[in-house]
Amino acid sequence: MVLPGIWADAARRFQSGVAAKAGLVVIFSLALLAIVGPWINPNRFDALDWANVAVAPTFQHAHWFGTDRLGRDLFVRALAGTRASLLIGLFASAISIIIGISYGAVAGYLGGRIDNLMMRSVEILSGLPLVFFVIFVTVLFGHNPYWLFVSIGAVGWLTMARIVRGQTLSLRQREFIEAAIASGASTGRIIYKHVIPNLLGPVIVYATLTVSQTILFESFLSFLGLGVQEPQASLGTLISAGAGEMESAPWILMIPGIILALLLTSLNFLGDGLRDALDVKER
Amino acid sequence: MSIARAIDTLILMSRYLFKRLSAAIPTLFIIITAAFFLIHAAPGGPFDQEQRLPSQIVANLDTAFGLNQPLSVQYVRYMVALAHGDFGPSFKYKDYSVTELIVQGLPVTATLGVLAMLVALSFGVMMGTFAALRHNTAPDQATMLLAVIGIAVPSFVLLPFLGLIFGIYLHWLPVAGWESGSIRHLILPVFALALPPMSAIARLTRSNMLEVLRTPYVRTAFAKGLPRYLVIIRHALKPALVPVVGFLAPAVASILTGSLVVESIAGLPGIGRYLVQGALNRDYSLVLGMVILYSTVLILMGLVVDLLYAWLDPRVRLN
Repeated sequence: MVLPGIWADAARRFQSGVAAKAGLVVIFSLALLAIVGPWINPNRFDALDWANVAVAPTFQHAHWFGTDRLGRDLFVRALAGTRASLLIGLFASAISIIIGISYGAVAGYLGGRIDNLMMRSVEILSGLPLVFFVIFVTVLFGHNPYWLFVSIGAVGWLTMARIVRGQTLSLRQREFIEAAIASGASTGRIIYKHVIPNLLGPVIVYATLTVSQTILFESFLSFLGLGVQEPQASLGTLISAGAGEMESAPWILMIPGIILALLLTSLNFLGDGLRDALDVKER
Repeated sequence: MSIARAIDTLILMSRYLFKRLSAAIPTLFIIITAAFFLIHAAPGGPFDQEQRLPSQIVANLDTAFGLNQPLSVQYVRYMVALAHGDFGPSFKYKDYSVTELIVQGLPVTATLGVLAMLVALSFGVMMGTFAALRHNTAPDQATMLLAVIGIAVPSFVLLPFLGLIFGIYLHWLPVAGWESGSIRHLILPVFALALPPMSAIARLTRSNMLEVLRTPYVRTAFAKGLPRYLVIIRHALKPALVPVVGFLAPAVASILTGSLVVESIAGLPGIGRYLVQGALNRDYSLVLGMVILYSTVLILMGLVVDLLYAWLDPRVRLN
């Protein structure tokens, strides 16, 4: 595949970063495992095996990661949990990325008084304890998964809006845009060739970080018992169950804990690598 | 600085403080109002329990707590009581007022939070400075690797792991408990709370320090033969800390959020549990009290940040 100018440079810079590449590999392996996991192990994620309650990782009965207090297989549950966390993370991020980009682009494009008003409200919102607001909404309006997406997504868009707005604002005044206008390029061509590629860099970087933030937040809510409900599993509920069994059955905590830590660290490495590759400046 | 200028600064600062504090009151008012109607809009009430009470008793309780009145009347009554400093009775902890519950739990949460903040700031700045001085060497890369992991791994994963390693396997520290604030019981929860903001502060400090170290005035200071530590402390540290100050408010928010889970994992008798439990129990006054408390802390933190900006960076003016 032949990439145009700035993307080829970015790809070359990205490939020189070891941590970012390793992060990408880990994320893809975990996602792949989460998808095919249930088929490579004979156990079901909610099947109770009363003969093997809280056994340590073993090859007997294919309990590769052991079982929990109810004899449910932790290999299958951990992968089902990873899948739930990834799905919620992606959906909620998509919501906050869409809101953030449209809000930021409108504010940056319109400029002036409307921009001022829109960004002032973002400023006020980011000063509020929005995390508590989400806890509130999830507690009050039940454990409907749609509320979970919406409320997590509603918190994540502020940073994205600020970044996209700043980028749009400064892009409009850059020399290469002026040069493009002067050389007679059409508005569509300017947007397609010059504005979007330059907007895309920061968006990709912060989208990666938003995904890690939302996965973290979902596990936080599930840990508090406000997110995914039994018998469904997410990494947060599994960690919460494991934290109570730490002394007698540490693997119940360690397996989902390590997966979540790996996933979040990899996403952060990937985000950092992309930031370097796409040469995105903070703010 | 002459006395006249000092008085001028003082007047400027108190005028600024007054302006900011009076701007905070409408914000707080909106938060309380939104929270009030949100929690009352939720289905269920404080006296819906698993064992259903006879409806006559529920009706009596509703009358006693004024819950049978129209919502607008309840709202006005709540706000009037609040203006007199009364947070009302807790609906669930029957013998306690919300104020009593907060007064009991706040010292624990505050100790935990303040210690975590101090640890995050001091170690974060030290780590960042250290890494910047050894730019592009193995120690720098190792510190930054640790920092990325620290940002990524949340405290509710970290704390059980630390408990497993230092409590259950090594027997060095207790896994849980408060024991009226003994230091040994505090080490693990404080560290678990401090690590995410500490890592973020380390990264911020490092990148700013790298920029400051390249400025001409720092090179001048080196050139005139000042020892390295003096250049850092006297000239480089203050400007390098400006962006760190901007991170203080998010850091406090992160520690407050973290304390909700860390207290429950470590079995600490703080106020962290009241927010979620209160909301689940529809303990209206308790939830509102917690929302007011947390919002006030965050708003005050924003004010502290602006004052610190003005102190660290002479180009920032208070107006």
